[in-house]
Amino acid sequence: MTTINFQDLIKILEKYEIAELENVVIDGDVEIEMLEGGGGDAAALQLAIGQGAAQIGMNLMQLAQMLGYPVGALMQPVGVPPAVGAAEAEILEKLLDEKFSVEHEKYTTAVEEVTIGATKADGGTRETTVTIGGERALPFFNYAAPMPNPIAITLDCFDMPIGLAKAVKVHYEDVMESPGEWAKKNVEKFGADMVTIHLISTDPLIKDTPPKEAAKVVEEVLQAVKVPIVIGGSGNPDKDPAVLEAAAEVAEGERCLIASANLNMDYERIAKAAMDHGHVILSWTQLDINNQKTLNRYLFKAGVNRKDIVIDPTTAALGYGIDYAFTNIERMRLMALKGDTDLNFPISCGITNAWGAREAWMKESPLKEDSDWGPREYRGPLFEIITGLTLGVAGGDLFMMMHPGAAATVKEITRTLRGDVEAKPVPIDDWVTLEV
Amino acid sequence: MKLSSPLEIYDYLPKTNCGECGEATCMAFAAKLIEREVKLETCKPILEDKFRKKYEELSELLAPEIKEIVLGVGERAIKIGGEDVMHRHQLTFFDETALVYDVWDTMDEADLVARVKAITDWQKFYVGDFLRLYGVAVRSTSNDPAKFGACVRKVLETTPLPLVLCSFDPKVLEAGLEVAADKNPLIYAANKDNWKDVAKLVKKYNVAVTLYAPADLDLLKSMAVSFEKMGISDLVLDPGTYPTGKDLEQTLQRFLQIRRAGIVEGQKDIAYPIMSVPLTTWMVYDDPVDATYWETVLADVFTIRYADIMILHSIEPYAVMIQRTLVDNIYVDPRRPVQVDPGVNVIGNPTADSPVFMTTNFALTYYTVESDVASNNIDCYILVVDTEGIGVEAALAGGQLTSAKVKDTMEKADINLEEAVTHKTLIIPGLTARISGELEDTLGWNILVGPGDSGRIPGFLEEKWPPK
Ligand code: B12
Ligand code: SF4
Repeated sequence: MTTINFQDLIKILEKYEIAELENVVIDGDVEIEMLEGGGGDAAALQLAIGQGAAQIGMNLMQLAQMLGYPVGALMQPVGVPPAVGAAEAEILEKLLDEKFSVEHEKYTTAVEEVTIGATKADGGTRETTVTIGGERALPFFNYAAPMPNPIAITLDCFDMPIGLAKAVKVHYEDVMESPGEWAKKNVEKFGADMVTIHLISTDPLIKDTPPKEAAKVVEEVLQAVKVPIVIGGSGNPDKDPAVLEAAAEVAEGERCLIASANLNMDYERIAKAAMDHGHVILSWTQLDINNQKTLNRYLFKAGVNRKDIVIDPTTAALGYGIDYAFTNIERMRLMALKGDTDLNFPISCGITNAWGAREAWMKESPLKEDSDWGPREYRGPLFEIITGLTLGVAGGDLFMMMHPGAAATVKEITRTLRGDVEAKPVPIDDWVTLEV
Repeated sequence: MKLSSPLEIYDYLPKTNCGECGEATCMAFAAKLIEREVKLETCKPILEDKFRKKYEELSELLAPEIKEIVLGVGERAIKIGGEDVMHRHQLTFFDETALVYDVWDTMDEADLVARVKAITDWQKFYVGDFLRLYGVAVRSTSNDPAKFGACVRKVLETTPLPLVLCSFDPKVLEAGLEVAADKNPLIYAANKDNWKDVAKLVKKYNVAVTLYAPADLDLLKSMAVSFEKMGISDLVLDPGTYPTGKDLEQTLQRFLQIRRAGIVEGQKDIAYPIMSVPLTTWMVYDDPVDATYWETVLADVFTIRYADIMILHSIEPYAVMIQRTLVDNIYVDPRRPVQVDPGVNVIGNPTADSPVFMTTNFALTYYTVESDVASNNIDCYILVVDTEGIGVEAALAGGQLTSAKVKDTMEKADINLEEAVTHKTLIIPGLTARISGELEDTLGWNILVGPGDSGRIPGFLEEKWPPK
């Protein structure tokens, strides 16, 4: 039997500067007596000093124990006062046996499935085609409905050398003078599913290249690669209709994606060119669901087939409005799945926008207060990856991208999330002890 | 929360419109409650005895669908969980995914301290404030209680951040708890083998605990229900984060299902914060850049899809910056205004010779410009043009940024720039070069076209200021 006097205990603890306990006042000279294995004393203790004090006593003894005071042996057995004893008693003997289940989301409407590119059998000369869309649930909610088609990636090339972030430029320096070689490199070296040719030199403020000449560049690209292509204008709303019309004509039957029709231009002319020559139209609006619905309805009215429409609701980069772009895309996709047939089209995203963010390309932060940003060779591509993946999780189906490594990573992760990639066995059960 | 309109809340309030809560009416207060902008306890009358039942019922109804747990103490304590919706546009996401970075007890002490400092001090200026990190996970790689205890003590000496104490050995965990229990840490983890001992520890030290059941939602739920039964309800669920292939795909399915069960189906017994451990990518990739990239990729997916807390390994600055920005962008309140007040702002202590910059009142634009000049100690004035919250290029294209608007803002401002400076020179964003002539005519000021990016203003001033 060991006897501990509370007052003594407090004195000991004071020596160790355990401040909180200095206020503990226990009336009388209470002694705790405990026999090894003697659970019965707990009740007596409680009677003697009351539940609250018993708890304090327990805490004191634990502390004393931690500090090396010899109370260990006496505390080990069931000799635990009720405050803690009761809690201990609640520890279950066995886990309760529960089953997890949850219903999956149920939607009414599928996203249209759209094929870009035409092989010989369909009147074109492509060796491969790309099909996007067809979802019946949000992307990667596979338990609700698997994703019928993987996210496709088209790598950009331009009809003239342009200013690029350093991390991107190193990959294209040797081909910038030749759109055909550029396109080829995108496919052969970087494994692009598709290639986008941006006819930016047609902008009156850049080179004002005439539509006929721009069309030749399109021919060059179509000959250089056998994958489907996207044809982009300069973004000049007055010039683009003529440029895209000429491009659509030379690409007759190839089922290119024509980028793009938008509200502030003669979209009917672009729609007609696409329909006349067998292409798909990109319907582009700026982060505005109602505008997207409106433009799509105009396209239906102009006679565009539902299987020939892809939408681009605008991409903003990580840190530069991706919150708007993410939510805009996720909302549109949910509305589509719930039956809004103005919006149930595959979604294209200009992920290349990520390179506009200064965090992607600047050498270091202009702010002294910022922590280091890290080397831009690694930072830039990751910026593009995260911009892309984030919008892929929101509902994007087709990504226009720029950095080959970023494109490869986005392709691999989105295919993985779709369930296309076998797993390596990784013993995560005991990840805590990992040595790195 | 179980309520969807202010009217439903109003029914529970005292309905006296006494104004004690700071709102004019009970209805107005109800509207703020539904937006989770105020605390119910701000209404003092409802705390009176006669309303006790209503207060209790309403508290219950207002509680977030996902249990909210506080970790850590003091200024850098964090909240996790607390979510009410599956998609941010349905209201907003509330408690940011807590990014917790690891250290381990076999680290050399100097490395340990340096790493903890790096995690604690990391910051990036963004839209008017600094982004920071959330916590430190201390892993026991030694499995030695004494070593672990010493490591935790060192970490606590070095950081005020909340801790996650990681080991599957209850003795090791206890050694950590003995040192850190009063700092309100999260412990990691109870699993199918150690749960009883861990439950005892949790009761003894009264801390939050993670339940770990990799790839087994039945077990995870069994543990959650059992712990709740034992009176332990500050739970975090870790269904396992498998880093590759179909196992990763299945991991994501589990996160989606748990969160749907909690929020959409109101299954209270699984409605706890979820933990993801992208750190497991380091078990796969040998190359540190590969591992960092994949870890960030996983962190991205699980930030969007429902992880409330996350343990990561790479503190490579590029990865941390990108991942932390993403958390901000996903969790930022979609209802927040994106504008700052137009007018003239004073930066530092400008004199009559100091430069005057023009920018827009889009918050992202304004704060970027402001921090670029302030951080470089440039004393100046900023003319913030009312572009209805649109950035420079889009406002120029969309007609919100015109010379008339600039003039109007200048005239309405509290500070009269015509008197404040003598040089009458306005530095405009590079992207607005094409309206410089027009601006010169309208304002009668000299216009100096600045660089395209405000980050380059310091270099620009060196070359071009004062104007000739
Ligand atoms: C987000 C965005 C939008 C959002 C705007 C949200 C908002 N609140 O601003 C929305 C969807 C509303 C939008 C709409 C439109 N947009 Co928009 N949009 C963008 C996007 C994706 C990002 C712009 C951004 O936020 N940048 C970040 C901010 C911080 O940059 P910033 O304001 O320019 O500030 C920087 C610099 O200007 C400089 N700076 C700023 N102030 C100062 C001051 C001084 C003294 C100095 C030296 C420097 C400086 O430093 C800052 C930091 O880098 C860009 C494309 C892109 N990736 O850049 C297109 C873009 C700006 N939009 C564009 C267009 C055409 C439009 C529309 C006209 C489209 C349409 N046809 O309807 C509309 C206009 C709507 C309106 N004005 O009402 C074009 C502009 C083309 C042009 N050169 O004229 C762009 C470039 C896209 C493109 N390539 O076509 N857009
Ligand atoms: S304090 Fe309570 S009772 Fe008074 S107005 Fe506010 S909500 Fe109504």
